[in-house]
Amino acid sequence: MSMNEYKPLIVAFCCNWCSYAGADLAGNNRLNYPADVKIIRVPCSCRVNPMFILRAFQRGADGVILCGCHPGDCHYTSGNYYTRRRMSLLFSMLDYLGIERERTRVEWVSAAEGAKFAATMNDFVETVAKLGENKRLEDLRCKK
Amino acid sequence: MTNLDMRDEIVRISGVNPAKCMACGKCSGTCPAYDEMEFHPHQFVAMIKGGNIEPLLNSESVYRCLTCFACAERCPRGVEPAKLIDAVRLMKTRPQGANHLLADNVPKMLDEETPQQLLVSAFRKYTK
Amino acid sequence: MLRIGVFVCWCGSNIAGTVDVEAVSEALKSEPGVVFSTNYQYMCSQAGQNMIIDAVKEHKLDGIVVCSCSPRMHEATFRKTAAAAGLNPYMVEIANIREQCSWVHKDMATGTEKAIILGKAAVAKVALNAPLTPGESNVTKRALVIGGGIAGIQTALDIAEAGFPVDIVETKPTIGGKMAQLDKTFPTLDCAACILTPKMVDVAQNDKIRIFSYSEVQDVSGFVGNFEVKIKKKARYVNEDICTGCGACVEKCPMKKNPNEFNLGMDNRPAIYIPFAQAVPKVATIDPNACNMLKNGKCGLCEKICTAGAIDYKQKDEIIEEKYGAIVAATGFNPISMDKFDEFAYNQSKDVITSLEFERLTNAAGPTAGKLLRPSDLEHPHTIVFVQCVGSRCENCAEKGKEYCSKICCMYTAKHAMLTRDKYPDTEVYVFYIDVRTPGKSFDEFYRRAVEEYGVKYVKGMVGKVSPEGKKLKVTASDMLNNKQLHIDADLVVLAAAIEPDKSARSIATMLTASMDTNDFFTEAHPKLRPVESPTAGVFLSGACQGPKDIPETVSQASAAAAKVIGLLSKDKLTGNPCVASSDEIMCNGCSSCANVCPYGAITYETKEFRMPDRSTKMRRVAKVNPAVCQGCGACTVACPSGAMDLRGFTTSQIIAEVDAICR
Repeated sequence: MSMNEYKPLIVAFCCNWCSYAGADLAGNNRLNYPADVKIIRVPCSCRVNPMFILRAFQRGADGVILCGCHPGDCHYTSGNYYTRRRMSLLFSMLDYLGIERERTRVEWVSAAEGAKFAATMNDFVETVAKLGENKRLEDLRCKK
Repeated sequence: MTNLDMRDEIVRISGVNPAKCMACGKCSGTCPAYDEMEFHPHQFVAMIKGGNIEPLLNSESVYRCLTCFACAERCPRGVEPAKLIDAVRLMKTRPQGANHLLADNVPKMLDEETPQQLLVSAFRKYTK
Repeated sequence: MLRIGVFVCWCGSNIAGTVDVEAVSEALKSEPGVVFSTNYQYMCSQAGQNMIIDAVKEHKLDGIVVCSCSPRMHEATFRKTAAAAGLNPYMVEIANIREQCSWVHKDMATGTEKAIILGKAAVAKVALNAPLTPGESNVTKRALVIGGGIAGIQTALDIAEAGFPVDIVETKPTIGGKMAQLDKTFPTLDCAACILTPKMVDVAQNDKIRIFSYSEVQDVSGFVGNFEVKIKKKARYVNEDICTGCGACVEKCPMKKNPNEFNLGMDNRPAIYIPFAQAVPKVATIDPNACNMLKNGKCGLCEKICTAGAIDYKQKDEIIEEKYGAIVAATGFNPISMDKFDEFAYNQSKDVITSLEFERLTNAAGPTAGKLLRPSDLEHPHTIVFVQCVGSRCENCAEKGKEYCSKICCMYTAKHAMLTRDKYPDTEVYVFYIDVRTPGKSFDEFYRRAVEEYGVKYVKGMVGKVSPEGKKLKVTASDMLNNKQLHIDADLVVLAAAIEPDKSARSIATMLTASMDTNDFFTEAHPKLRPVESPTAGVFLSGACQGPKDIPETVSQASAAAAKVIGLLSKDKLTGNPCVASSDEIMCNGCSSCANVCPYGAITYETKEFRMPDRSTKMRRVAKVNPAVCQGCGACTVACPSGAMDLRGFTTSQIIAEVDAICR
C-alpha cells in the first residue's frame, strides 16, 4: 500500500437501535472494513437531516451512507419510512446536480447483521474509491 | 421453445402469476366442465408453475374449458386459472396453420339446438 | 467555552493493541476546549472512574469525552461517574474506539488516525452539550380496560389482584365477549361457560373492579400515567343499582320478535332483555328501537311488573370522566361478513351457517337447547359439510376476505366435526381443507383424533359452490388427492369465516394514538420482544385485537399485559428520557408538519401571545412537545421547515459539529 494511495472519506449515519448495534456486532466479531468509514450515532435514521449529508459533501466527504432498521422494524415504528422518502428525494436531487448516485446510499442493517454491516461498508468504500474524489460539492473555502 | 420459455410466455400472455397458487382446489371445486377435462383447472396451474407444458398443449382439455371464468372469479389468490388455460390455448392456436376449428368442419357440427352465436365465437376462439 | 477533559481507555490490549492511546490523548489535547487529556488501562474500573472524578474536580471540567468501548456498553457507567463528580450526567460523550475502530482495523497507523478523528468528533459534540434533566410525571394508579371479553376480564382480574383499581368498558350489556357464546373449548373440550362464568362472577365481586357495561370510550387525552378518558354510558332505561335481574319484565314484554344478538339472530328476544342467564351485570336492558313505550309512549308493562322499581324510561346517556395511568385495548374480534361470498349461498339458505352460529346451535343455552337441528326446518342434519378458510388467506379479494390466516379455524372445525360425530354417529361429516394448521400443545393430536377415532372425512380441496335445491344443499367441491370433483347432498354447510378486528378498534386506536396494521390489528411495540405493549407509551394490548388468537394464547397475553400495567402503576413517578424534541417558539410558525410525522402524538399546538419588535403583541400558534410522550426519534426535526424543532442530546448543531470534525 503506497502512501499516496487515494483514501476516500466516508461518513456513515447509524441509528442507535439497529445499525449502530450492527456495527458494534461487526466489531465484536472482528470483521474488518476500511478505516475510512466514520460513524455518527443518531437515535433514528429519520433524525438525519438532508442538510447533514450536504454538509458532509461540502466539507469534503466522498461518500455518505445512511443505515437504519429494516422497514417495519423501526424502534420508533415509522422513522425509517420517512428516511426512505426523504433520501430518495435528496438522492435524485444530487443526481440532478451531477453527484454520482453511488456516493450516497441507504442501507437497512439490523442489530443482528454485523456481517452485513461489514460487507456493506467494504462494498461502499470500494464503490466510492472507484469514483475518486468528490470535487463537485466540496467547498474549497472550508479547506484550511 | 423449451418448457420454461413456454411457461414464461404463458405467464406473459395471461398476466397472472401461478406462483401465488396455494393449492386450495377451489377452481376445480367450482369448474362445471370438470368431468370433461383430462387436466383440471388446478392441474393447469400446478403444471404451468412446474414448467410441465407439453402435456397440456397436446390435451383436448384446453378446448373443453368453457371460459366461464367461475374459477377466476372464486380463486382466493388471484391466480385465475381460466386466464392460464386461455393462454395455453393461444399458444396452441397462434402458430400459423394450427387452426383447431376449420371452416370446412363447421357444417358437420350444425344442428338445430346449437345457437349460431356459439359457432361464431368458437370459430373466432379456435382459429388463427 | 466548556472546559473539556478527555479520557482514553486502553481496554487492556483491546484498544491499545491497534490504537496508540498515548498518541490519541496527546492529539486531542490541542482540540479547542480541551484542558486535560489522559489515558488509562481500564477507564470503566473503579480506579479509572475515580481518575475521572478527581480530574473533574482538579481541572474544573464541565464536559467529559471518554474514548473507549461502545456507548451501548458503558455510556450509563460514565454518566453515573459524571454525576458522582457533580456534573450533569448528560455532559458526557463517548468516542467508540473499540467496536468501531480497534476491533475492525488491524493497522496501528490507520487505527490511531481514525481514533483521533472519532475523538475530535466527540469533543466537538460535547462542546455543544447542554445539561439535561429528565422530566418527571405522576402516575394515576388506576387502569382502564377497553373490552370485556376473556382478554379484558383476565387483564382486569390480574391488575386488581395486584391491588390497583381497574375499570372495564364494554359496549354490550354484559361482559363475557365471544367466549360466552362458545359451547366447548379445544383441545380439552371444557364447556366454555363452566370456565368463563366463574371468572365473570369474580369480576363482579371484586371491589377493585368497576364494570361500565353498555358503554363506550368517547374521548382519550393525556399521556402515559396521566390519561383522561370520557366514557359514554348509554341509557339502558333500567336502573342498574336497583334491578335484581329477576327477569319478570323479560317474560311479560309484549314486543317479543326482535333478533337475539347473543344467538346471532337465530331466535328472538323481547324488547327488554338480559343477554343470557349468567350475564354480568345481570340487569335488564331496553332496546330503544324495539320498545313500544320508548317509541310511542304506549305500553309501560315492564314498569308495572317490576317490583324493584328499576325501570326508568327517562334515563339519559351519561358521560363519565375518569383519570387513568394505563389503558389496555382488548377490543377483540368478529367473524367477517359472509354477504360477499355468493358461491356459498349464505344469504340464500338458512342452512348455510358460520362456525359461530354452529356454536350457538350446539350450545345448551342456544336457540335449539343444544340439539343440533338445521335452522330451516329444525330437522336433524345427516350430512354436514365444513368449509375451512372462508375469507382467510385471500389475496385478491381484499374487499371480500383477509390476507392472513385466521389461526383458530382449523382447531374449532376439528372440534365441531368431532363433537358432531360423537353426539350423532349417524351423521356424515366432511371437512374441506387447504392445509390443516394445528401448532399448539395437544392440538395436532386433537385433530388426528377427529380423523382416526371419530371418522371425520377430511378432504384436501375446497368447496366451489353450494346451491340450495329443495331441502338439500348441493355442494360441489374438489378432492385434490383423488383428483376428483365431488358432489355432495348436504343438509347443513358450516363456513369457517375469517376473523377480523372489531370495528370499534379503529376509532379507539385513533383516540389512543396507537398504531394499527393494514388489517386494523393493533401494532405491538416490538414483534418479538414487546408483544403486549403498543408503541404508544402507557397503552397495552390484550387478546385478539393484536392478532388472531385462541383462548390459551389470549389469556397468556392478557396476563402479560396486566403484568406490564402493574409494573407501570407501581411507580410513583415516571422518569422520562431527557433526549426529547423541543420547539423554539420564536421560530415556529405552527404549520403542523411536525405533528403530522410524530408517531406518538407528542406534539400539540397552543396559541400564545408574543411581543413583536415594535412592542405590539401578536397571537401565534406554536408547537409544544410533551416530553413525557416524546420518545426522541427526531422525525419532527427534519420535517420542520423553519428549523424550530430540535432534538436534545442530538441537536442539529451537534451533529453538524461531528460531521465537520470528521471531514476536517
